Amino acid sequence: MTHGDGQMLEERIAEWRSYVRRREAIDPADVDELEDHLRSQVASLEEAGLAEDEAFLIAVKRIGALDTLSDEFAREYSERLWKRLVVAPAAEDSGEGRREALVALALAVAAAVAIKIPALFGVTFDTNTAHAGGAANESFYIRNFSLLVLPFLAGFFAWKRKLAPRGRYWLAAPFVAAALVMNLIPFTMGGYTESLAAIHLPIALWLAVGFGYAAGAWHDHDRRMNYVRFSGEWFIYYALIALGGGVLIGFTVLLFSAIGLKVELLVNNWILPCGIAGAVIIGAWLVEAKQSVIENMAPVLTMLFTPLFTLLLLAFLVTMVATGSAIAVDRKVLIGFDLLLVLVVGLILYAISARDDRTEPRFFDTLQLILVVCALLVDAVALWAIAARISEFGFSPNKVAALGENIILLVNLAGSAVLYARFVAGRAPFAALERWQTAYLPVYAVWASVVVVIFPFVFRFQ
Amino acid sequence: MNIGKDLVAASATPLVLAILSEGESYGYAIIKRVDDLSGGELKWTDGMLYPVLHRLERNGYVKATWGKSETGRRRKYYRITDRGSEELTRQRRQWQVVDATLRGTPFHSFMMAPLGV
Repeated sequence: MTHGDGQMLEERIAEWRSYVRRREAIDPADVDELEDHLRSQVASLEEAGLAEDEAFLIAVKRIGALDTLSDEFAREYSERLWKRLVVAPAAEDSGEGRREALVALALAVAAAVAIKIPALFGVTFDTNTAHAGGAANESFYIRNFSLLVLPFLAGFFAWKRKLAPRGRYWLAAPFVAAALVMNLIPFTMGGYTESLAAIHLPIALWLAVGFGYAAGAWHDHDRRMNYVRFSGEWFIYYALIALGGGVLIGFTVLLFSAIGLKVELLVNNWILPCGIAGAVIIGAWLVEAKQSVIENMAPVLTMLFTPLFTLLLLAFLVTMVATGSAIAVDRKVLIGFDLLLVLVVGLILYAISARDDRTEPRFFDTLQLILVVCALLVDAVALWAIAARISEFGFSPNKVAALGENIILLVNLAGSAVLYARFVAGRAPFAALERWQTAYLPVYAVWASVVVVIFPFVFRFQ
Repeated sequence: MNIGKDLVAASATPLVLAILSEGESYGYAIIKRVDDLSGGELKWTDGMLYPVLHRLERNGYVKATWGKSETGRRRKYYRITDRGSEELTRQRRQWQVVDATLRGTPFHSFMMAPLGV
């Protein structure tokens, strides 16, 4: 046997291994065992005078069809099909997986501690505005909460993606800048620009974390799409953790009140803030650890809710036209329509993220197009109603922010509608739509930064 | 002669236990041994053996350890336990009953007698 032949066998065995590994019911250790079998069989067939490639083919055939084999294993280990959803996945190298879990845990604890560090300087979670310190405390945490948590998430990705020092500086820059901006701008305590900055800062910083997630290659569209996928899954994990945390807190209060102790202060000052901070990192780690194991949930929810929301918007439009009712414009309407657009953009984004862009247009794509067009119509009606009366309101920071967001989302949806229509008509590839969405991501970051940095000056810190 | 799927499945446990009662062994060698003993009549799909071995391990009839093959590769060896030996005795008795019953029926005189069994 020449050297080249042996290498070919190794390649084929590696290929075969990767095929077998994809079966949930078969463990890595089982694959090792089967590989040993395969090699013994090949060796014995070669001894009998067969050529290496023939020996390999026969040996693989004797092991049996992969489907049947995997079924046999599944019957023996039916729990394995479930277990993968519960425990940390058995990484090929479990040392790597354990190290990652430890790093994530350490960072989660660090984030939880960071949330409480201001307490050392007298800034506690006591936000009771009845006494003097309360309002200042509240103001500090409103401005800095995301700054105390998200750097640890960025750190997690810097570590995980082995970011080069240069990349680390770039990753750290937005956080340093944000810390300076949030604490040097003389916001009016409890003012509009302050709470607007507090709402928009996490959006900007979340996209900054994406720089770490993409290992610095933020201009790469595939990595951006992966970050979108990550964000959706993270959100779902976070909601689940929050649900569990709520139950935990409920029982904490219940059990201690049974022995006559009031622990609400402990819950509000420690468990809640530390939990909120730590769960950000833990959620991210779970998504990272399980991305190849569990079907992504965000696209599943999208599939479920796209038809329902399309129906809702259609029904709304029809009712509005039929009854001739105008949209009653009050303070909350604009924000409500902003949220509607966010939701529709989300539905499109996650439908795109899960779609194989080589497949032909399907019914679901038409449905998405209808959804987008309905959302555009509904929003156009709302915008028109608001524009007609904007002079009455004057330009308050909240209204300008909400209007700006509305326009940004409207442009996104209009672009999506055009590209969707072209795709459904068979005149453009699906990738064009995907690219439009990923190319649009920095717009959100830029607008969020504008609201954080420029608005306070424009509106005199009110 | 082609032995049916159900019979192959039913005989797998006692056969594996019997082979392991001769001494510690591993998957490929067990299949080789079955092949030798049956004169090539009993054909297993190789991969099927492993779920069977793992079930025996879970039931405590065999004990598995990771060792090294002669070429230094990782290999899983199986050894029969006391419980496994008891199970083998029990299953042997059951097969004897089946066998004896079959011998007493016309099946035997028609099919096996001409072959001199």
